[in-house]
Amino acid sequence: MTTTADRTGTAATAVATEKVTLARAITLGLRAALAGDPKVLLMGEDIGRLGGVFRVTDGLQAEFGPDRVVDTPLAESGIVGTAIGLAMRGYRPVCEIQFDGFVFPAFDQITTMLAKLHARSRGRITVPVVIRIPYGGGIGAVEHHSESPEVLFAHTAGLRVVTPSTPADAYTMIQEAIASPDPVIFLEPKGRYWDKAEVALTPYGTPGAGLDRARVVRSGTDLTVVAYGPTVHTALKAAQVAAEEGTSLEVIDLRTISPLDHATVVESVRGTGRCVVVHEASVSHGVGAEVAARVTEECFYELEAPVLRVGGFHTPYPPSRIEHEYLPSVDRVLDAVDRAMAH
Amino acid sequence: MTQPDLDPAIETVQLLTPEGTRVADTRYDPRVAHLDADALRRFYADMVLTRRFDTEATALQRQGELGLFTPSLGQEAAQIGSAHALAPQDFVFPAYREHGVLHVRGLDLTDVLKQFRGVDHGGWDPAEHGVHLFTLVVGAHPLHAVGYAMGLQRDGVVGTGDPQRDAGVIAYLGDGATSQGDVNEALVFAGVSDAPVVFFVQNNQWAISVPVSGQSKVPLAQRGLGFGIPTVRVDGNDVLACYAVTAEAMERARSGGGPTFVEAVTYRMGAHTTSDDPLRYRDEAEVAAWRAKDPIDRLRHYLESAGELPAGFLADLDERAEALARHVRDAVHAMVPPPAASMFDHVYATPHALVDAERAWFTDYQASFEDGGVR
Ligand SMILES: Cc1ncc(C[n+]2csc(CCOP(=O)(O)OP(=O)(O)O)c2C)c(N)n1
Repeated sequence: MTTTADRTGTAATAVATEKVTLARAITLGLRAALAGDPKVLLMGEDIGRLGGVFRVTDGLQAEFGPDRVVDTPLAESGIVGTAIGLAMRGYRPVCEIQFDGFVFPAFDQITTMLAKLHARSRGRITVPVVIRIPYGGGIGAVEHHSESPEVLFAHTAGLRVVTPSTPADAYTMIQEAIASPDPVIFLEPKGRYWDKAEVALTPYGTPGAGLDRARVVRSGTDLTVVAYGPTVHTALKAAQVAAEEGTSLEVIDLRTISPLDHATVVESVRGTGRCVVVHEASVSHGVGAEVAARVTEECFYELEAPVLRVGGFHTPYPPSRIEHEYLPSVDRVLDAVDRAMAH
Repeated sequence: MTQPDLDPAIETVQLLTPEGTRVADTRYDPRVAHLDADALRRFYADMVLTRRFDTEATALQRQGELGLFTPSLGQEAAQIGSAHALAPQDFVFPAYREHGVLHVRGLDLTDVLKQFRGVDHGGWDPAEHGVHLFTLVVGAHPLHAVGYAMGLQRDGVVGTGDPQRDAGVIAYLGDGATSQGDVNEALVFAGVSDAPVVFFVQNNQWAISVPVSGQSKVPLAQRGLGFGIPTVRVDGNDVLACYAVTAEAMERARSGGGPTFVEAVTYRMGAHTTSDDPLRYRDEAEVAAWRAKDPIDRLRHYLESAGELPAGFLADLDERAEALARHVRDAVHAMVPPPAASMFDHVYATPHALVDAERAWFTDYQASFEDGGVR
């Protein structure tokens, strides 16, 4: 562990940094929130004694007790439904769904209740519930353990949908999600859980980059690659290969899917004139379609090529031995880059 | 703390003690009276073979040949006993660790491993042995079992009195699954429609790291009663008792008497899956206490004391177990990934323009590599 001065540079507020995995960064973010706000509580299946199947809540029940880190019965609708009631009573529940494919028993509570209560009550009720969902593929798992359901939530007004791609963002974004008065679907790219990086362990309540901001993670001039969650890594690798071949890619990490930070994307594409969107979810009716529509609308005269999409197919997520043919690979991103550059 | 209002004093049916002594039971003795030594040896062999399969599949997972495995270790009596009480025309909805049930129904157990090897999401034809595919979403399938049973009612194959014809359904689920809304809805539907279905709950005490006390304040068997469904609790490590209660329940279903809720009290001796580490949440002492109630030992003691386990039978069984293990290894090693383009097959039963277009794009894209391609 090292100590650096924080952004203000004052020695008095020196912040510790630690090199941790993305999963551990979420643990530390949850821990900071539990320590910083007595109303924060975690609930989910196997999150207490076991520390979650990915160990993201490891040690938190021992530290904060079973009333604040709750091993729930095996019922996702129950988890989210009771979280709504707890939120109405002033708590800030953070629900863990064990895997992407197991959120659907709670879909009714999330889309018909959680998303709408604030609007229905004309602002009288806030439901600051966070739903953490490990999502995405590439880990060799069985059915229902590799899916990317983000658009199902993004299509529902009232829910914020965010996804970090780095340990540092994971640490701050989980805390911003908990602090947000809105319900937040917090999608964790499980295939990148073991990526390690230096994280500044700022205290709970420290303002971060914001839950509604995309970020340019690599500057370039020829084409903008828009990615989020697990595909940011893929996009950056593609940019490296493309650079060796003489093509300069700018890479944007969306960070938030609802709302989409169109301004950052549009500004980038105005500069590059080309855009490729990459996500693991099926391309059809996906986030890429949304980005393409807005880019076309706002950058029509700057565009040199149609906006292209790279992602999953309109099929169930396939058995793991062929999942890498389904997932957007560096090659498939570069194939789209080539096609866009050919214009 | 006892809560008298909540204790309907449901007894646990047991025909064999943990030491393998036969105990009399006026209600269930007639259900097992026809089982001769050959039949019991068959039960014994099926439990031993299921366990051998389990050991081999676990080893294959450890060797990296399987992505995951769900052991049935410790639950052999519940599975073998109940499965032997089924008629060929009955239909089974398993969860994901009912290897013993599948074995008794005649499936080649290596089919189960296709899913765990990651080459298939299913692995067998449900119609062939009357066994639906595994369902990994906990608690989703009991509703399907009830619907299937409602179909049997409408087809006129319930309560005709013809034992070759009358059919029923059995759904296997875990203690954790009983918390799911869908499972409770299944009980509601079964109750009000008198569906010919048996809910066979293997209460193996744990849902991953959560003990059954985290799912229910009352014995699970009581869940059935609340829905107006006849309920029985059985010693799940007693293969005879599991056979007897399932035989009675299936007969009720087939004859038009409606659903039954069975709680088989057993224990998950192994990890939840090969990814799990039970040492993080449960005591070795608890595991040891259950080991003393091992379902296979129990039947062996009973058969041995009756002089019904000849050395020749045991030697032969050893050989069959080793042959099964070899078969499992060979079959798993031979399981190759399907062609990648197969992911586009069967998404719909009729042509779908988008799927067809994506398949065509993907096939061309793959071919571009075979030609020495652009990259
Ligand atoms: C809807 C859903 N939620 C969570 C999971 C993850 N999960 C898989 S098995 C399991 C525990 C199931 O326990 P139980 O029903 O008692 O059956 P057992 O595994 O002990 O046989 C959990 C939580 C899942 N598969 N499906």
